[in-house]
Amino acid sequence: MAQTRKSQLVDPLIDNNPITLQVLGICSALAVTSSLKVALVMAIAVTLVTAFSSMFISMLRNQIPSSIRIIVQMVIIASLVIVVDQLLKAYAYEISKTLSVFVGLIITNCIVMGRAEAFAMSNPPVASFVDGIGNGAGYGLILMVVGVIRELFGSGSLFGVTILPTVNNGGWYVPNGLLLLPPSAFFVIGLLIWAIRTWKPGQVEEREYKIQSVEAH
Amino acid sequence: MEGLISLAVKAVFVENLALSFFLGMCTFIAVSKKISTAMGLGVSVMIVQAITVPANNLILSYLLAPGALAWAGFPDIDLTFLGLISYIGVIAALVQILEMVLDKYFPPLYNALGVYLPLITVNCAILGGSLFMVERNYDFAESLTYGVSSGFGWALAITAMAGVREKLKYSDIPVGLQGLGITFITAGLMAMAFMSFSGVKL
Repeated sequence: MAQTRKSQLVDPLIDNNPITLQVLGICSALAVTSSLKVALVMAIAVTLVTAFSSMFISMLRNQIPSSIRIIVQMVIIASLVIVVDQLLKAYAYEISKTLSVFVGLIITNCIVMGRAEAFAMSNPPVASFVDGIGNGAGYGLILMVVGVIRELFGSGSLFGVTILPTVNNGGWYVPNGLLLLPPSAFFVIGLLIWAIRTWKPGQVEEREYKIQSVEAH
Repeated sequence: MEGLISLAVKAVFVENLALSFFLGMCTFIAVSKKISTAMGLGVSVMIVQAITVPANNLILSYLLAPGALAWAGFPDIDLTFLGLISYIGVIAALVQILEMVLDKYFPPLYNALGVYLPLITVNCAILGGSLFMVERNYDFAESLTYGVSSGFGWALAITAMAGVREKLKYSDIPVGLQGLGITFITAGLMAMAFMSFSGVKL
């Protein structure tokens, strides 16, 4: 059992990552990663919401009629998100301003819903909780990697602390402004997927059309 | 009136929900393999967005905002913290009602859109639209305009994306980039193209 718990926790990090393989929860992954601090807060918030919503839904799974299960799941998730939102507003007001609507959008983050539907509805509470933590961490990992790349090369700092002194402040590093703009998040994640799939060829998708070489006449 | 037009243009191009706020990305990536399905989904999003944003605006201004319950005799109550749960409830209920109405009165449209409607409840673009409406304090007319035009912008983006992907499947892509990877990079290039609208001052 210990082994499965561990694999439940570790698998979603790379082998079965929610973002790069299951294509879940991309919206917020792209929008909040221009600074590392915000990305970290977002990652923690999503992990907590996923873990607790999976646990509660799993506790209730035998009571929920299947015809209204989506609405019941939504209500549980939305209540948890409200708690997170209020906590952020109380203790980290600046960050909650930067995250603006994206805290609320954790409700419709497909990771939370997807884990509730795919795992928590058919597994006991503790396993669901661990599964939630694992998937949240997998999401957080990608968020952090993208955040590090974007903040380090976009503004030469990490967590707001200068690492590469920029030209504007008398240093040598010319920051790449593109990395602070939204489209760069797409490129970084696309390249990240490429890197992961080169490392783990099992994740490569089948081609729809094979290109065949034709003899020249 | 002029304000509303510029709001609409801004919501379609400059602040495109899909390409500059990354909302509805899951469906944007997953359902953009064929133009016809992408268009169906785009139209459904537009319809739902056009209904839910104004509806949530009414809920906010008559039930939730500080002092909004004055008409019921409770001028001191502030229920804004219930916002998230009410908006998502309204969205889920409206999608359900829309599905039933379409099924009863417009069967051809229902058959065309039917499969996408349930997906829309969990589409972040819809909830995102309502949350932006709250954050920017739109009044009723503005939220109606914003709902229609932001939905249209999303539909435009996913249709364009599907067009690119239909051609893309014939091209010779490096093995590791196949599928998801190249889709992301394409979306990035499209987002850059849409960014060029941001210089437009309205």
